[in-house]
Amino acid sequence: MLLLRRRLIGAIPVLLIVVVGTFLLLEAAPGDAVDAYVGMTGGDAGLIAELRQTWGLDQPALARLAAYLWSLAHLDLGYSVTFSRPIRDVILERLPNTLLLMGSATALSFGAGSLLGIVAGARPGSFRDRFLSIGSLALYAVPGFWLGLVLTVLFSVQLRWFPSSGIETIASGKAGVSRALDIAQHLVLPVAALGIIYLALYLRVMRAGMAEIWRMDFVLAARAKGISRRRIVWRHVARNALLPLVTMLGLQSAAMLGGSVVIESVFSIPGLGRLAQEAVGSRDTPLLLGIILVSAVLVILINLVVDMLYAVLDPRVGASEESA
Amino acid sequence: MSVRLTVEKLGVSYRGDGRETEVLKDVSFELRAGERLAIIGESGSGKSTLALAIAGLLPAGSRVDGNVRWPELGRQPINGRDLGFVFQDPSSSLNPVLTIGEQIAEVVRAHLGMAWREAYAHAEMLLGRVRLPDPASALRAFPHQLSGGQRQRVAIAEAIAARPSLLIADEATSALDTIVQADIVKLIEELVVEDGVSLMFISHDIALASQIADRIAVFRHGRLVEIGEAEQIVDAPREAYTKSLLAAHMGLDTPSLLSPEAVA
Amino acid sequence: MSLLRRFLRTPEAVAGALILAALVAMALAAPLLFPRDPLSIAGPALLPPFQDWSLPLGTDRLGRDVLAELFHGARTSIAVGLAAAATSIAIGATIGTLAGFAGGLTDEVLMRITDAFQTVPGFLLALAFVSVVGPSLAVVVIAIALGAWTGPARVARAEVLSIRERDYVASARVIGMHPLEIAFREVLPNALPPVLALSSIIVAAAILVEAALSFLGLGDPNRVTWGGMIAEGRAVLRSAPFLSIIPGIALVLTVLGVYLAGEGFVEASAARKRQS
Repeated sequence: MLLLRRRLIGAIPVLLIVVVGTFLLLEAAPGDAVDAYVGMTGGDAGLIAELRQTWGLDQPALARLAAYLWSLAHLDLGYSVTFSRPIRDVILERLPNTLLLMGSATALSFGAGSLLGIVAGARPGSFRDRFLSIGSLALYAVPGFWLGLVLTVLFSVQLRWFPSSGIETIASGKAGVSRALDIAQHLVLPVAALGIIYLALYLRVMRAGMAEIWRMDFVLAARAKGISRRRIVWRHVARNALLPLVTMLGLQSAAMLGGSVVIESVFSIPGLGRLAQEAVGSRDTPLLLGIILVSAVLVILINLVVDMLYAVLDPRVGASEESA
Repeated sequence: MSVRLTVEKLGVSYRGDGRETEVLKDVSFELRAGERLAIIGESGSGKSTLALAIAGLLPAGSRVDGNVRWPELGRQPINGRDLGFVFQDPSSSLNPVLTIGEQIAEVVRAHLGMAWREAYAHAEMLLGRVRLPDPASALRAFPHQLSGGQRQRVAIAEAIAARPSLLIADEATSALDTIVQADIVKLIEELVVEDGVSLMFISHDIALASQIADRIAVFRHGRLVEIGEAEQIVDAPREAYTKSLLAAHMGLDTPSLLSPEAVA
Repeated sequence: MSLLRRFLRTPEAVAGALILAALVAMALAAPLLFPRDPLSIAGPALLPPFQDWSLPLGTDRLGRDVLAELFHGARTSIAVGLAAAATSIAIGATIGTLAGFAGGLTDEVLMRITDAFQTVPGFLLALAFVSVVGPSLAVVVIAIALGAWTGPARVARAEVLSIRERDYVASARVIGMHPLEIAFREVLPNALPPVLALSSIIVAAAILVEAALSFLGLGDPNRVTWGGMIAEGRAVLRSAPFLSIIPGIALVLTVLGVYLAGEGFVEASAARKRQS
């Protein structure tokens, strides 16, 4: 719990920098929310001045930053002109789809990547090791959005196995298990498109980690103890090689969130990433910055969870924290 | 006493970078049941390679000539079952993320055919035998929670778990400070006598070795220089190299147990 | 043994070098082989590949020559990949050196800023930056660098921390060199090799981010990009999938080439280090 508290306190300055950074970017944007609003609805100079006053946009920059921080402290991200709704509500509505996509892609890439990494790393230098290493390098070079299109052509257009867009069948009236199955079917292709690059990454990290652990003294000691090779591979080598992989999980969360922007756009999934693209399209900068802020919070939370997981997996962590 | 281990014309070479390096040449000796043999040499003398060769733990790509036979066994020896191995540095020879209990119990389970629950109970008994304080809670501890000496006791418990007939201690005390070193040597000595185990005590410290061993074998550059009764080697060495070893304050790499500087 | 001979010993590195050589040749030859504007109409719309030998890879929805677009797209990919990597490494090395050399509060502030940049998804940041400033090649390069400088910064800082206590730095202090001069003349050059080892990964990532930005319509509108070609083909994905698939294959091969060559180079220099 000491770890948790320290990490939370450490996150505050980082978040503050993100907020100020996004505010500066907002300042740099040509035009403001009033311009965007008037651009959509029309209005004369009087209305513009009036709106600027009610939204506080006539204040100096520092006052507006203070107001921005004040509203953020109340979990108020501002108002989206394009959606005519509070930004917080729009984001919260989209967030679950992104979390579902990211969560599934993480589970797939971490699970399959580490398993294949163990298969490759169990016998370093063997044929299957070289095959998986080169194969994973090739997969690692594939852009997710393009893979998404190729998968669509193959499995949606040609084979008609999976739907090519959306998160679920619209107005199907499905509920419970059948709705979950429907969503799962919609998720297969986007999860594969988003996850495969990370699968390749985790495979490579696991394999490299195992190659390093094989050289450790305790593995030689385990062999001297005469326990089964299977137990050496899984319980001694893979168990230790898993640790850097878990660290990777936290580091990659920001990248995966960025990747889901393009994947959601390819598969028309109404998530945070697709929302970001819509915000760009309608030049709704406050909405875009709200998304960035929420993403940053999400990344911090994910890293927090990963840190906890790491502390569970590595008994040495707690000790060094206590003595530090 | 029956012969437990026969090493005949053993040679080992490592291949790497297109070259072959001979690390052990034409080594022959016998080890009898319950006998304590010290293997002495500087680093690079091939003494650790000898231990790894006997345990079949040489790295891939090494070439082995000659034979290692176990006359009493009448079959190939099984690591853990027939020979126990204690490594130099217990802080790296124990798996950092597994509990002490699991690391001992897995040996018990593999060789004594016990279920996990029984194996843990057996592990607790073994921790008592190596005189670790509070064996029950040590079962649930991780290596980093123990001191260096305690870790080496755990490693010894693993090595003797299946009551092997040969115990190889490869520089098993040289990573420990001198006082702990003496305790560990005493522990090994006692266990060897209690169980009637043969001991190969590999060390660079001839003084330490002469305390524990019945016989001493001196190695240099991969060859067996001389082998004989401990008193004979210490008091009347035949080879010039052995004499120089003894003259060099009986310690080669680190201060020896008996040298006054070590205490200061 | 020379670095080049070591490099050429692994088949993977050779494959990577061949791919990159082909790519550079494509980029250099593009204006010679296809002097016309690749965005101009060259023939009938949606001509499939391998039908007309004057248009070997066919045409897109607007009748533009796919092969010409592919060649010109290589220029954009290489330019953006190299420029963005150079910018990220320059920014990262500078900030990392300052943080590591100055220590104290400066270090703390710079590292918290680095943390903040690592917390925000780089692609979202690039998206926001391009959408606020407006798409052009330079803006895309900066946008990508915004999300990619943190890795080099951390590596440079770690290196500087280990270097700054060495003798030649101490002697530079003794002869009264200005701290900034010591940092950038004496320390930075020595901290650079491990930072540069990251460059292949950064180049590859930059190429992929540029492609994704162009795919979302945020690339430079006046240049052909592979990402833009993939997006363009997406509208006719069902009837003419090759329009999206062909530039994607070019993208995969390019990124793979960068990885393979980079890995080969790192391995070769590691082997040379072991030998010396």
